Amino acid sequence: MNLRSIGIGVLIALVIIILSVLLLLPVALIMVSALKKGLEFYVEAIQNEFTLSALWLTLKVALWVVPLNTLFGLCAAWAISKYAFKGRALLNTLIDLPLSVSPVIAGMIFILSVGAASPLGTWLLDHDFKIIFALPGIVLGTLFVTFPMVARELIPLMESQGNEEEEAALSLGANGFQTFLKITLPKIKWGLLYGIILCNARAMGEFGAVSVVSGHIRGQTNTLPLHVEVLYNEYQFAAAFAVSSLLVGLAFVTLILKQWLGVKKAEY
Amino acid sequence: MLKKYILVMEAFLIKFIKNRKIPGFGLTLGYTLVYLSVLVLLPLAMLVLKASHLTGSQFLAIVLSERALAAYKVTFFASLVSGLVSTLLGVLTAWVLVRYTFITQSFWDAIIDLPFALPTAVAGITLTTLYSQNGWVGRILYPLGYQSAYSFFGICVALVFIGFPFVVRTLQPVIMELEKDVEEAARSLGASSLQIFLKIICPALIPGALTGFALSFGRAIGEYGSVVFISGNIPYKTEIAPMLIMGKLEQFEYEAATAIGVVMLLCSLVIFFSIQYVQVKLQKKWSQGQ
Repeated sequence: MNLRSIGIGVLIALVIIILSVLLLLPVALIMVSALKKGLEFYVEAIQNEFTLSALWLTLKVALWVVPLNTLFGLCAAWAISKYAFKGRALLNTLIDLPLSVSPVIAGMIFILSVGAASPLGTWLLDHDFKIIFALPGIVLGTLFVTFPMVARELIPLMESQGNEEEEAALSLGANGFQTFLKITLPKIKWGLLYGIILCNARAMGEFGAVSVVSGHIRGQTNTLPLHVEVLYNEYQFAAAFAVSSLLVGLAFVTLILKQWLGVKKAEY
Repeated sequence: MLKKYILVMEAFLIKFIKNRKIPGFGLTLGYTLVYLSVLVLLPLAMLVLKASHLTGSQFLAIVLSERALAAYKVTFFASLVSGLVSTLLGVLTAWVLVRYTFITQSFWDAIIDLPFALPTAVAGITLTTLYSQNGWVGRILYPLGYQSAYSFFGICVALVFIGFPFVVRTLQPVIMELEKDVEEAARSLGASSLQIFLKIICPALIPGALTGFALSFGRAIGEYGSVVFISGNIPYKTEIAPMLIMGKLEQFEYEAATAIGVVMLLCSLVIFFSIQYVQVKLQKKWSQGQ
């Protein structure tokens, strides 16, 4: 028995060491490197006009992407969880598809479909609407990579909750929208927020897909992750890590909210 | 072709619109189908369509060029190695987090998702700095003869970072479901810990471990941001397939990028649908067993 508890102790220690090296060491390095040249330099790197414009662009992208994919998630979950129809399983599967496609391909397909070399892209350019190497392209690429984030939280949740309460509300004379707002939404709110948080984190942090469609125009089409890359490639390491520390902050806020919402979800 | 597609979708909608007890079926399903088509299905079809402009021999010349073959090889083997390492670390981590209690446990449980929440570019530059010759970890590994950055080793480090949370998160619920009674019964009948592990725990964990492996492997095949910095992108040696596509795009060689993209997309689709298929099978088996 004593030998067994020693064994367990060794296993726990081993896991703590693995997780420290794998996960904590990188975070520690970011913080140390960000502050290497002093606090003043750190503040300057973050208040740099290109950093601020990258931050603003990142927020704008998330403000487009998160509501659109949330609306889609709600619609998809409603259609899939409330009705039986042919092709339902296939639809459910296809929604998850974008997560397994390489981000580089996610960006490339939009260059091919709405880029300058495609018929649609040429038409749009003739009408002065630039998609690739501009905000709409970045939004499209990000929409693709975060596509199922809200839907796949909601679908299993709404499936497990069943339709009885909705049917009761409807039979008492509520219309569909009222039923959704007053009955369904309160039941799914924690799961919905959980999905939104995950979608937002990926939307703000996406690199590969955005890298393909953005064109890397500094001060114009650089999001925060792209700005990190540019700084790093220019050997401005302290500045690159200073900007990275903002994204680490985002990651930790996400993890904390996720943990909290996970508990709320389980309680409900 | 597009017209046909729209007609099929329309027929699909009309056919099932009668199926309505709860309102909103047509609206929500219609929106879902349009959104899915515009953002995912049509753009992906565009990739295949563009590649079909190439003749068969042109396509093969690009796809089977030496540099492309080398890139697939690196991508495949790095994903395989890191998938295996992720599975090993993931099973161990999930086991310890579920079965034992210790202080700071919930902190470690929460931080497992860090690689999902941290932007891949940040992970990329951080791991590169850590594992390069003067980095905190590289300083230890280089003298031991391991070139831990700008090498195959480095690619695997990044892929394990990205991949192992998939294994942990897949296995945690599986381990929670395991019935401790069986293990206790075996122990009271005189089985050793090793026997219990090999005969009772391992078989129960294998489906979950395989799913976790497949998820991390699938993610690794397409991964770009976390790998591109640490790999060094040396053609024929440490150039991964997504990086090769990126390079072609930057030189506006869209045809070559498209052809290699189709090959990669096919790989991802095969992995994706096999995971879905196996999961459906397992679910059926599970519900039959109940």
